[in-house]
Amino acid sequence: MTEAEIIKQIVDQFGKDRSRLMDIVRTAHAKLGYLSEETIGRIHSALGIHRVEVRDMVSFYAFFSRKPEGKTVIRLCNAVVERMKGADEIAKAFEEAVGCKFGQTSADGAISLKYTACIGMSDQAPAALVNGVPLTNLRPEDVPKVVAAIRSGKGPESLKQAEVDNNLLQPGPVIFAPSERGEALRAAVNRTPEEVITEINKARLRGRGGAGFPTAMKWDFCRKAKADEHFVICNADEGEPGTFKDRVILTSQADLVFEGMTVAGYAVGAKQGFLYLRAEYEYLLPHLENVLAKRRRLGLLGKDLCGREGVDFEIRIQLGAGAYVCGEESALIESLEGKRGAPRDRPPFPVQKGYRNQPTSVNNVETLCCAARILEKGADWFSKIGTKDSTGTKLLSVSGDCKHPGVFEVEYGVTVEKILEAVGAEDAQAVQMGGPSGQCLAPKDFGRSISFEDLPTGGSVMIFGPQRDLLECMYQFTEFFAEESCGWCVPCRVGTTLLLKKMDKILEDRGTRGDLEQLQSIANTVKTMSRCGLGQTAANPILSTLQNFSSLYEERLKPDDFIPAFDLSKALEEACAITGRKPELEEKHV
Amino acid sequence: MSEQTVTIIIDGQEIQAQEGQSILQAADAAGIYIPRLCYHPDLPPGGHCRVCTVKVNGRPTSSCTFPVSEGLVIENDTEELNLLRRNIIEMMFVEGNHYCPSCEASGNCELQAMGYRLGLLAPTMPYLRRRRDLDASHKDIYVDRDRCILCGRCVRASREVDHKVAFGFEGRGIDKRIAVDGEHSLSESGLAVTDRAAEICPTGCLMVKRKGYQTPVGQRTYDHKPIGSEIEKE
Repeated sequence: MTEAEIIKQIVDQFGKDRSRLMDIVRTAHAKLGYLSEETIGRIHSALGIHRVEVRDMVSFYAFFSRKPEGKTVIRLCNAVVERMKGADEIAKAFEEAVGCKFGQTSADGAISLKYTACIGMSDQAPAALVNGVPLTNLRPEDVPKVVAAIRSGKGPESLKQAEVDNNLLQPGPVIFAPSERGEALRAAVNRTPEEVITEINKARLRGRGGAGFPTAMKWDFCRKAKADEHFVICNADEGEPGTFKDRVILTSQADLVFEGMTVAGYAVGAKQGFLYLRAEYEYLLPHLENVLAKRRRLGLLGKDLCGREGVDFEIRIQLGAGAYVCGEESALIESLEGKRGAPRDRPPFPVQKGYRNQPTSVNNVETLCCAARILEKGADWFSKIGTKDSTGTKLLSVSGDCKHPGVFEVEYGVTVEKILEAVGAEDAQAVQMGGPSGQCLAPKDFGRSISFEDLPTGGSVMIFGPQRDLLECMYQFTEFFAEESCGWCVPCRVGTTLLLKKMDKILEDRGTRGDLEQLQSIANTVKTMSRCGLGQTAANPILSTLQNFSSLYEERLKPDDFIPAFDLSKALEEACAITGRKPELEEKHV
Repeated sequence: MSEQTVTIIIDGQEIQAQEGQSILQAADAAGIYIPRLCYHPDLPPGGHCRVCTVKVNGRPTSSCTFPVSEGLVIENDTEELNLLRRNIIEMMFVEGNHYCPSCEASGNCELQAMGYRLGLLAPTMPYLRRRRDLDASHKDIYVDRDRCILCGRCVRASREVDHKVAFGFEGRGIDKRIAVDGEHSLSESGLAVTDRAAEICPTGCLMVKRKGYQTPVGQRTYDHKPIGSEIEKE
């Protein structure tokens, strides 16, 4: 088959539907290895949309390459926790074994080395994705064997590092207690949709993604919005560095997730649901499809659910392609519609105009599990767990400098201190609560409690031991946001890069008080003026350490009134080394 | 469109607005200027520049996208917001490569004018000094990305007014750029010099050829009055 025929076939396979561009491009990429300008041209003509629209979408996602890549692509995670656990040494070992640098492809075209943001394996770091298959707990000495196996044509699945542990260290009563498949759904369809929403409301369930919006209210808005269709989306794009609880839920409680989605569909009046799965979790897809197939066979999915005529619900799994911002609900919807994952302005909210401009309820994986449990065991049971304003349990993904990284299901109201005890991290210097977009807590805050009324969190808990250079970690978090900014609005697009420049100067011990003041001013601008949650929280690592660890900044400042941003000596370093001169600029130019 | 009238308060002043208007449109109609860059009255709002950010009941939001409703309390002309807006203008200056003294758009440039209005004397943020491509392949129009602020006006105008798709975006984050609908260059895009998209750029990024420096200094759009005075009530 010629490439043109391949593309035509793929486009036909997805019904020539522009909104399936993500799947079209994913499939083409998998088949051809990369997306050349010619391929983009073929997609645009086969689909009947403009070339620039295809390029716009393709160029947005980290997992799409527009240049030829190796047959095997190794994506090493170099997020903060992974680097604490030795990702840099692993990188060096890969470069030696493969014979090329990161960002390059080996001379024989066999292997490409790439860095990637958090892949949801911080509890078993360092980790990498090899053609989508996760390798965990990597040690430098394993790397030559891994590379040799890949070179010999072995699939990455066969490697002994290709094992993902659940590390579920503390199961709780809500998410990880045993449940009967279909029980929540049967309980739901035996009531009216309004009664289902009332039950959720009585349980005072709030969204687990971090923002804490009351779930019943979301469902109610969505249900009451008049439209031809309604949709339910499960947000399984957990991209917040240090989070991996959805990985564990999807691995061991997938049925509960789908049960929750189906209950939500019944409540809001949706016949179609989507589970948006981050590309990093592609390895879970066969398992999830199996669970869906089983549910269809059991009459828990499809037509006339639980034997009730007219109660229909279907679920499609949509894979992403590497973009943190797609965890933001409106960006997720854009991505689901086959576009770049740029968030939308609100209002209108997705519950009014979401997927295909129809009312859409987007809920976190964990929230939907809670909803199913509430239907199964009752609002009274649920609301007795936790605190008054934060009912139920919260899953925490704990990683970093601790003895027992893993997933903990805790009752709301538990203190940071208690968690640190449980994981063996009593000597923590700082705790990054809620991931980079959350806040960096100092020991003075360890008595505070995890709850919407005190410390709301999406669940990422990263622990920094006393040996860590905290500001270096904050720099890396900021790098992450700059990398993941969608670029739509100025404060986030430019501001995050400027924050890096200012931080860099301070970390190089070339910062003055003026630099610190400007850092604060840029950080405030990014926080206040950005369009979506990504930008509004991108300065949090810097802002929260400026507040809680100000002395770390102060002690790096130089007493000078002004030090130029441009470091002449540094710029001339290479030239001086070549010519054998000494820069000696200090005396002459300062 | 609904003709329902609502009352909103901007900086303590009660004004009447029509339901369906954005805060920015309502303010314009009342002669109150909210600084803006990516907004254009003939286009749907883009929400890119965030210069028109106001506080609505205490929360910052872009006034070009936020619909009016009864009783909204809005802060606009405050020291805090104007400083934040100036910071954004400064970000645009250090992101691109802007050489006002030699630029054909000088004096007519909305970015430059907004810098003056908000009191930006000289950028103090570090310059990014990135390489930004120029495309002069089209016989009548050129794109000088050094001057692009990614306001997306050309993208929206081409789509909404000209009913073409001559422009789009490409890449993400700081690598995001204006892309043209062609395999190689602007000349393939179907853009015509008579298109609205060709004359809607607020800076000197998208320029019609052979027109530069035709207006003498002293007669340019912002030579005598600051940007916004066309809207503000005397």
